Amino acid sequence: MSFIDKCKTRGFAALIIATLLFLLYTQSFAGMLGFLIIFGIPYFAMNDLPAYASTQDKIGKYIFLAVCTCIFIFLILPILIIIPLSFNAEPYFSFTEGMMALDPSAYSTRWYQDIWRFGMTAPDGDEGWWTDMWNNATWIRAMRNSFFLAIVSTLLATGFGTLAALGLSRPEMPFRSAITSLLISPMIVPLVITATGMFFFYGGTMQGIIPGYEKGLANTYLGLTLAHATLGVPFVIITVTATLSGFDRSLIRASEGLGANGWTTFTKVIMPLITPGMISGALFAFITSLDEVVAVIFLADVDQRTIPRQMFSGLREQISPTILAVATILVVMSIILLTTVELLRRRSERLRGLSPG
Amino acid sequence: MSKSEAPLLAADGMPLKEKLARTTRRMKMRAFLLTVPLVLFLLVSFVLPIGQMLYRSFHNPTGSNVVPNFAVAIKDWDADQGIPSDDIVKILVEDMAAARKNREVGKTIGNLATRVNYEIPGSRSLFTKTARRAGRITEGPYFDALVKIDKRWDSPHLWRTLQRVTNDYTIAFYLAATDRKFDESGSIVQADELYRIYLPILWKTIWISALITALCFIIAYPVSYLLSTLPLRTSNLLMILVLLPFWTSLLVRTSAWIAMLQKSGIINNILVYLGIIADESRIQMIYNITGTVISMVHILLPFMILPLYSVMKTIPPSYMRAARSMGASGTYAFTKVYFPQTIPGIAAGTLLVFILAIGYYITPALVGGSDGLLISNLIADHIKKTLNWSLGAALGTILLVVVLVFYWIYNKLVGVDNLKFG
Repeated sequence: MSFIDKCKTRGFAALIIATLLFLLYTQSFAGMLGFLIIFGIPYFAMNDLPAYASTQDKIGKYIFLAVCTCIFIFLILPILIIIPLSFNAEPYFSFTEGMMALDPSAYSTRWYQDIWRFGMTAPDGDEGWWTDMWNNATWIRAMRNSFFLAIVSTLLATGFGTLAALGLSRPEMPFRSAITSLLISPMIVPLVITATGMFFFYGGTMQGIIPGYEKGLANTYLGLTLAHATLGVPFVIITVTATLSGFDRSLIRASEGLGANGWTTFTKVIMPLITPGMISGALFAFITSLDEVVAVIFLADVDQRTIPRQMFSGLREQISPTILAVATILVVMSIILLTTVELLRRRSERLRGLSPG
Repeated sequence: MSKSEAPLLAADGMPLKEKLARTTRRMKMRAFLLTVPLVLFLLVSFVLPIGQMLYRSFHNPTGSNVVPNFAVAIKDWDADQGIPSDDIVKILVEDMAAARKNREVGKTIGNLATRVNYEIPGSRSLFTKTARRAGRITEGPYFDALVKIDKRWDSPHLWRTLQRVTNDYTIAFYLAATDRKFDESGSIVQADELYRIYLPILWKTIWISALITALCFIIAYPVSYLLSTLPLRTSNLLMILVLLPFWTSLLVRTSAWIAMLQKSGIINNILVYLGIIADESRIQMIYNITGTVISMVHILLPFMILPLYSVMKTIPPSYMRAARSMGASGTYAFTKVYFPQTIPGIAAGTLLVFILAIGYYITPALVGGSDGLLISNLIADHIKKTLNWSLGAALGTILLVVVLVFYWIYNKLVGVDNLKFG
């Protein structure tokens, strides 16, 4: 049934009447919009039920769709709500009267400016403004730390992880189950326990073992990188083995049968097929590191504060909408990452002939 | 007949069976070698640190570090005698005087006092006071000299505790972590009512995790069903709504929930707006258990939806239609035909969510207030604030064991190789 046809039915008339009654009762257009979303979406999502469906079935289906709509709203609303909130002109975490009335003066970008202004020695000075911002702005420094850590630990985790996944997905792999459980465990073991162990081990036991790190690895970038690489490993393993699970092993034999050596087979046959999985795994590891805060709390000094660490102390000490501005940037980034991963997954499925794409 | 008994030979004259075994072994070795770098890496960066934490939970050398000679002397003393012989007391006095003079980091009287204080609350001053005067005691009887400094030395309980404390291996921290202690006669009893905090919090953590898991299941089941029955194109679009929270930073989602649930937040605003509650009776939904549960359900929901969805996708819709066509009612067909087939997905999702929930730290720390604190927060407090590292390690070990049990069950029922995202 097309959209137009749907609008001509009795059900649609009932929906409109109910919405108007709701508007009369609450006298609010925002409320009416909410009502229309919750009850209208399921109405339009109702597809033709089989002929044997009773009225009871239809009502059941409608309620089911309404419940699902509410759940999707529950999932997505908190994430979307922070975007308008971050443009609040007042230092609050809630909508002001002016914002509700769509008054332009109630909105501002001051919290976005705060991202690079907060912590600068002379935010309005001209002399050396860029160096001042680069070196002193609290959030800019946190971003630098976060991205540095995320990139290095992702490279480590992806390198080791892909290699291990290649081994794990071979049919002749011994102790597969035991080794897989071990490699996945950084995701399972509570972060507090991992971080506690690392806090003792990196800070105490590692003292004097690595040249240049006589005081141990606590409060160093090296320690944090190791920690984040460890936490990223399970995600790489899971995604790359998933890619390899549909891998046609006869391709390898075909390549060998045609005279290719191991290296050529790897670069020309295996690599192109697993690259999408590898990149998704790397993106997972990247976002894990970018989002990780427990290990940073335990292992990092003020100098190594990352974005989530800064948000954590911000939420605990002085809640300011700057956090929401940063959060909005992070949401935009996760949308980009998610899109990339989805596209890669489809490409990989197409390459392996699993779905029409 | 005799001809077929001779072993089959490969081209190079080696028996085929042996050659196959050798090749298989080499292939196994090669597969294994690929995982070796990562296993070694995790060994150093992950397994050893956790192993060391486990060791720390029952190995605490503070006592024997501060008073090494006394630790050796009192080791074989029979605690039922009440007060040790004056020779042993003499060694203690000398050790204390030496510790006070040397003031080495980690080997001060203060360290010993803290350690004993865990077992006999309020005994701290006894040691600092005694150590200050220990150097002046030059002749026996040493025990009387100690009692002269402080009457509390005349207590079999104290000496028994000292013997225990100077032993490097101890179960005292596990007792403390399970709200137990040694009583005056050295037997294990429950701690006083007021001090029983850890077991209740552990139970609360398990209970809240179970609640979160149940809520996640109730919410995820219809959505996963919808996603699995829609045409691929639509379900891929809707899947983005599930995956976006999954990819969004934990801190972002937690701050979003603070904005939603606080007293001047969006939910309260809507309720006031609709006239459901009055402006002055806004509901406190954050900085308590409610806030923790709501935001953790939101955060962990994708971990329930994804396994459920991947199982439901494989169930052919024709089964339900067949059941209906044979006269089953909607409910009957659902409970007898559809639901049993989704059990593998339910097992995977609930176990995963439960495992992740039980060790959660960040969200309870930010939105839990004081009554929403979970066991992880206590562990972090002992490591970062009160610096009772052994107790933190013991609590951590208990939590780890609980998690590993569930991980083992997960592995048995679902298999780790079935974990997937998206």
